Amino acid sequence: MNRRGIALALIAPALLVVALFFIAPLIMSAVQAFHGKDGGFTLEHFAKSFDFYGKDLLFTLAIVILSTLLIGIVAIAIAGYLTLGANARAVAILRWLYRWPLFIPFVVAGQVMRTFLAKNGMLNHVLIGSGLIEPLSAQSLLDWRGIVVAFVWKQAPFVTLLLAGAMASLEPQHVEAARNLGAPRWRVLYDIVLPQVRGTLLVGLVLSFVTMLSVLSVPLMINPNSPTMVTVDVAYRISTHGDYGVANALCLLSLGLSAIGAAFYLRHASQTSARMSP
Amino acid sequence: MRGRRLPALPAPAAAILRAVLLALLAFAIFGPLLNLMLWAFAERWYFPSKLPMEYGLTYWYRVFQPRGNALASLGTSVWIALLTVVFSLAVAVPAGFALARLKLPWRGGILLLFLLPQAVPNLPVYVNIAQVFYQIGLNGTILGVVLVHASHGLVLAVWIASAAFASIDVSLEEASRNLGASPWTCFRTVTLPLAIPGLIASAIFVFLESLDEFTGTYFVGVPDVTTLPLLMFNATMGGNYQISSITALLLLIPSIAFMLVVERFLKADVLAMVGR
Repeated sequence: MNRRGIALALIAPALLVVALFFIAPLIMSAVQAFHGKDGGFTLEHFAKSFDFYGKDLLFTLAIVILSTLLIGIVAIAIAGYLTLGANARAVAILRWLYRWPLFIPFVVAGQVMRTFLAKNGMLNHVLIGSGLIEPLSAQSLLDWRGIVVAFVWKQAPFVTLLLAGAMASLEPQHVEAARNLGAPRWRVLYDIVLPQVRGTLLVGLVLSFVTMLSVLSVPLMINPNSPTMVTVDVAYRISTHGDYGVANALCLLSLGLSAIGAAFYLRHASQTSARMSP
Repeated sequence: MRGRRLPALPAPAAAILRAVLLALLAFAIFGPLLNLMLWAFAERWYFPSKLPMEYGLTYWYRVFQPRGNALASLGTSVWIALLTVVFSLAVAVPAGFALARLKLPWRGGILLLFLLPQAVPNLPVYVNIAQVFYQIGLNGTILGVVLVHASHGLVLAVWIASAAFASIDVSLEEASRNLGASPWTCFRTVTLPLAIPGLIASAIFVFLESLDEFTGTYFVGVPDVTTLPLLMFNATMGGNYQISSITALLLLIPSIAFMLVVERFLKADVLAMVGR
């Protein structure tokens, strides 16, 4: 066997697993979404999806976009302070603090938030105890807000970790030069540091966007009633109706939503590389 | 610099602001976890009591009773995760080595293919795998769940393994080859030992991902395979917050332990090679 043959033989089993258990089911999903009861091509499943779950599709998109934005803001703030912060003790505390939820699974984040954000949960008790809200105005946050909180809580440390790593590997001269010229820290962060780590930030945010789109446990535990996220509808279509046509149409639509994220990234990446090349 | 400068805060005010912001962040991160701890040790906790009315270990005994659901689920979860690690690494280590060290046709395309399972929503995949597995009798079996977990974990393992091999200095391998070692001996005695920290990191990643996986198991594991996340979910939906909080704590232990040591295994030089 030649060397090329050896390389292909080494990689073939892994490729086969991905092809059989990932690519093939994806293709199946696309086929079934257009597959009518009579065996022919149909758009009926999509019509039904928009009819029944159009609101949920918008709800899903809004939740995931809002969460992605908040994750970006939190990650920039924390990573920025870790890189530029003047108080060494505060930086050390922050570095220890921010990443606790890093590897906590979504299903646990959902359970934790379900009790924390409930009407009788700890958040409301603390808000009432500190006099910030009246006992009677305490409300349950277990709706779209709960989903967003759970997503940001779980995903922001991941993006922060990536971003802080990228910021730490930047050349310190630019930052020092700007500081010497008297630029305040937030300007240094915004004008000098952020443009250089934009790629890392985007990768982290797009990965989070896609991940959140297919999380089932969090919406199921926090807000299972309509309007809810598309993942809940897919599970419902299958477990209650055995309706794989509409379930797959919904899956394909959520793939379409994630393509928005990917397109956004690609457009940005190509702009950046165009700017970098002379 | 463009723009107006904000007046700097006086030092004590800045210190107070810093302390308040850190305290708020600490509450946001630990508040939910503290709430979980309270639920795990609460015997009775009804509205409108702010704290549990009675603490105790009754529910812990119930969770840990011999032949209880929770211990069985813990066993199932760990067993599935171990099998997933073995299966994933068995295919990912050769693949990672080939990607890092050998001349591979369509290398870019193959790397992209291995990115796909992390970059595409997984729900359609699980839904349709469950359909196929149902027809061939793999639904509700350990093997079925392991295959689903491995197809996802494999990808991470390939990327980290490839980065681990790529970060090894080629001249060390060349030295051993020049001294007369066969390619296999060279791989076994030089390359593999140097790549071990990276491979351990990828094994831990795959293990954790499998241990924590919910959606795939939800579709493929029913009705016979109940992993710890599924047990927790069922307890939560059934309103049994004590049982679900204790199960959640069990799931938190490996996650937090890994968070604390992750940088010891994933060195910056390996991280820098991911995706190259």
